[in-house]
Amino acid sequence: MDDFEPTIIAFVCNWCTYTAADLAGTSRLTYPKNVRLIRVMCTGMVDPQYVIKAFLEGADGVLVSGCHPGDCHYINGNFKARRRIKLLKEILPQFGFEPQRLRLTWVGASDGIQFAEIIRELVNQLKALGPSQAKLKMVI
Amino acid sequence: MTITGKIDVKEQDILGALRKFFEDVLNLEDIKAILVPQHLPMKNMVMPTLVTDPNQLNGIDPLAPAFPMNAAKIVSRLTRKPMGAKIVAVLRPCEIRAFFELVKLKQARPDEVVLIGIDCLGTYQNKDYFRFVEKNENDSTVKFYQNVLSAKGAKIDDVDLSPACKACEYPVALNADILIGLYGITENDYLMVQSQTATGENFLAQINPPKIDEPASRQDAVAAVVEKRIAYRDDMFVKTHEATDNLEKMTAYLASCVNCYNCRVACPVCYCKECVFSTDVFNHDPSQYLKWASRKGIIKMPTDTVFYHITRLAHMSTACVGCGQCSNACPNDIPVMELFRTIAQRTQEAFDYEAGRSIEEDPPMSVFREEEFAEVVGIDK
Ligand code: SF4
Ligand code: SF4
Ligand code: FES
Repeated sequence: MDDFEPTIIAFVCNWCTYTAADLAGTSRLTYPKNVRLIRVMCTGMVDPQYVIKAFLEGADGVLVSGCHPGDCHYINGNFKARRRIKLLKEILPQFGFEPQRLRLTWVGASDGIQFAEIIRELVNQLKALGPSQAKLKMVI
Repeated sequence: MTITGKIDVKEQDILGALRKFFEDVLNLEDIKAILVPQHLPMKNMVMPTLVTDPNQLNGIDPLAPAFPMNAAKIVSRLTRKPMGAKIVAVLRPCEIRAFFELVKLKQARPDEVVLIGIDCLGTYQNKDYFRFVEKNENDSTVKFYQNVLSAKGAKIDDVDLSPACKACEYPVALNADILIGLYGITENDYLMVQSQTATGENFLAQINPPKIDEPASRQDAVAAVVEKRIAYRDDMFVKTHEATDNLEKMTAYLASCVNCYNCRVACPVCYCKECVFSTDVFNHDPSQYLKWASRKGIIKMPTDTVFYHITRLAHMSTACVGCGQCSNACPNDIPVMELFRTIAQRTQEAFDYEAGRSIEEDPPMSVFREEEFAEVVGIDK
């Protein structure tokens, strides 16, 4: 499937990764249009159910991206997010979702270039993996 | 100092012996009530009862293979706020473990309750227990007890232990204040009673049972039960994983789920006051169903079934004690316990946690460390 274009749902923190994505845009950097950004106030509010829902609705990849350790505006939301990602990485592969489909990154507000690179790399990885099983099967 | 004593059993009347012991407990000055399973006079079912009058213990039957609910939920109700008195709760090991999880979730308090844990001989599923008790009537518990502790085993006629109990590696309540031991006692004229905490020691000293040494054969007898259970459990993990390791199989596994959420209601550790799945969030706009259906031309109704179960796994599998009440409650006989235990084994291991092991250890999702799980951050392999 050479023409497979993966869909990535990205939960991005308002204070850092979202700002970085915005910066990438205003700096006229280009990155693949496969990503749908969902702005959240902190990665600490990303309940596992959002990630699960995204996958069951057919997302090929889910990215959760927030502030670097020490930079979270709510002090430790990013550390809580890391535990939840760890948890989901134990659960989702049990049901056949490859662990590489779920990613957590720390991207600072001024890292527009890094954000564009991450998306490019993720798209490449997901193209290599192929479409998610949820796209192909009847599940709800 | 651990106190080990005996409860005398006369003419093989174990329930009578336990009744006498519970009467002694209830007569202690500090104890205002005892929560204990009893045969209800109006129906042949065993349910938790809260008793303040020592003369109302005639139907006690904590050894019956009946397990209508995980009574940790009841203890949570009784202890969530100060009651102004101390009570004793007679519980199964998995009920005590669930109670510990609820304490850590701040939905129960340990200060006013003394826990008595009886060696658990296992239980039947509800429907099976009804058939069993109908056939064996008044002798049912004694028959069960004798069969389990002899070579005959728990299977009586066509009724056998629930899968949850067959897979349970905690037949002994190691964290009760007072333990009542059944396994490994070769003579049939007594039961063992042992203190396991300072509170337990204090109360047992007041009752002052005749002292004995722990029977030499006890540890081996328990180890033998545990070994058998672990073998069953590990085999169950392999089979369940095989039956659910992709979405198509999961959909088949849950095919008859009607989203009644009985499994969640029966779960002692599903902690939310209002579950998100019973809120309006899941009362989708009617047009949404059409959109979903038109994606692939067909969807199964009701929707959100796989979503519900995987989310519930994310929310509570680290607290799952494996009591099996989810399976017991399912109207369509979906093996919910098998799925939840299989995943819980992984999630608890990942955080080096074991539900119900200790009343102090923090639940994994309630804490974090600054340096940990570096492997889940970043986008390399
Ligand atoms: S499934 Fe989740 S949201 Fe629902 S009661 Fe259980 S823990 Fe709460
Ligand atoms: S009890 Fe059974 S039918 Fe009801 S929600 Fe749970 S698995 Fe589904
Ligand atoms: S504010 Fe950015 S991760 Fe918490």
